[in-house]
Amino acid sequence: MLAGTVVWLQMYRERHFRAAEAAQQILYVQSPAVMKRLALSFDAVVADLYWIRTIQYYGGTRLSRDPDKHYDLLYPMLDLTTTLDPRFSIAYRFGAFFLSERAPGGAGRPDLAIALLKKAMATSPESWEYPYDIGFVYYRYAQYEQAADWFRRAAKVPGATNWLEPLAAVTLAAGGKLEASRVLWQNLLANGDQQWLRRTAEHRLQQLDAIDEIQRLQSLTAAYEARHGAPPPTWEHLIADGALRTVPRDPAGQPYVLNPWWGLVTVSQDSPLWPLPTERAP
Amino acid sequence: MRSTLLVAIHVFRDSVRDKVLYSIVAFAIILMASSFLMGQLTAGQDVKIIKDLGLAAMSLFGLFIAIFIGVGLVSREIERRSIYAVLAKPVLRHEFIVGKYLGLVGTLFVNLAVMAIAYYGVLEYMALTLPAGAFTGGPPATDPRLLLAVGLIGAELALVTAIALFWSSFSSSALLSAAFTAGLWVAGQFGADLRNFDQVVASPVAVWLARGLYYVLPNFAAFDIKAQVVHGATVSGDYMAATLAYAMAYIAMLIVAAVLVFSRRDFK
Repeated sequence: MLAGTVVWLQMYRERHFRAAEAAQQILYVQSPAVMKRLALSFDAVVADLYWIRTIQYYGGTRLSRDPDKHYDLLYPMLDLTTTLDPRFSIAYRFGAFFLSERAPGGAGRPDLAIALLKKAMATSPESWEYPYDIGFVYYRYAQYEQAADWFRRAAKVPGATNWLEPLAAVTLAAGGKLEASRVLWQNLLANGDQQWLRRTAEHRLQQLDAIDEIQRLQSLTAAYEARHGAPPPTWEHLIADGALRTVPRDPAGQPYVLNPWWGLVTVSQDSPLWPLPTERAP
Repeated sequence: MRSTLLVAIHVFRDSVRDKVLYSIVAFAIILMASSFLMGQLTAGQDVKIIKDLGLAAMSLFGLFIAIFIGVGLVSREIERRSIYAVLAKPVLRHEFIVGKYLGLVGTLFVNLAVMAIAYYGVLEYMALTLPAGAFTGGPPATDPRLLLAVGLIGAELALVTAIALFWSSFSSSALLSAAFTAGLWVAGQFGADLRNFDQVVASPVAVWLARGLYYVLPNFAAFDIKAQVVHGATVSGDYMAATLAYAMAYIAMLIVAAVLVFSRRDFK
């Protein structure tokens, strides 16, 4: 009965006297070297705790309604995690991916992403994945020569997968084009060893499919405008015109949006594929 | 030999009566509860985190048992005055000390063995229920190499027990003995800093002292291979053999010292 009273009182306090939430998140220990010493022989578990905290921090920031998202603690937390457990591969790869991702989905800091991956390479020089990931960061920021150089370096690591050299060649030849981007993501989907990486690759490929489909639909709206003197106001006009059979939907199942003034086609803001990447940087 | 074994069995029974083995239940509950929560929080790293948590929990529970029961092994008998009854029997002092040590180490090893079984049970359950893509490319969930870490945890706990017993053999304050034992365990984690003291200080005397301390203090950092085995890195047989030999030699030294101190004690 007393235990029940304690629980009830706590619920009552929560409802009536809820403390203000902390205005910002704080890292109490900022130095990875200090944290490693404080952890004694439990550094792997402490690294896991920081990893969980990093996930919660990234997810909470990304999903927040604040239009001005900051990921200031993302790199420090990843640095702490990987100093405590230098072989924590996913912390390096996940961290670099979302450090390099442009706002609002990520920190937009390719320099920190590359620094993190170089730290990984110092610990695990036998892993080809880290130089490959550095190449990927450069690719995302349209630095195709550096990207191709890092793909070649990754290819030279003993045991590296055999599609890296061709990837370097495609990057140099077709850098900035959707075909190169598609090759990269298809390779990740086929060979990524982490589920989240394969899910991301699938998502990106769907976006590229949507871009292709939009180009096709644009050509239909342009043809309609040429015939009728004005862009189609709705999809039903295109259907009645015989250009389409049904309202076109993106690979996620949401209908495309047709701007009636300009005849421009985009994905809906309700679609999980929004916003689409630009053609130059996926 | 028979007297030593009888003392050891008595210590084991005492530990069971003290509900030491309930730590196994707490361990199993922590692991199982964590395995349910991990999936929501860790972006596919559930198995890795459970492996880390399990090994850390085995080490931590074992440490508490080794320190807090170890420091009371001799001092409790003296406090209760039961030491007179024991020594009145044909039990030599060294048999008493060695028997006490073997009894607590036996308890710890039984604890560790049951925890290891529970640990592998939880990992096997996770391997069967998680999607296949959750840990492709990494070591298997029930990687037998984890037993190497468990083995060195056992050796580490045996050494901590020897230290606790050594303090207990001449100190009547259990709190002080526990503090010294825990302090030595913490100091033993910083071996690398002592060895590399020349990189931070210029004084050759300080460097020499630090080096001396590095070789004299028990090097507990050497027993920590948890992160390596979780990531599937190789731990050589030579490394295991050298570390176990180090543990045995240090334990032997501490037991001999405890026997010498205890033999000279006057209980009047």
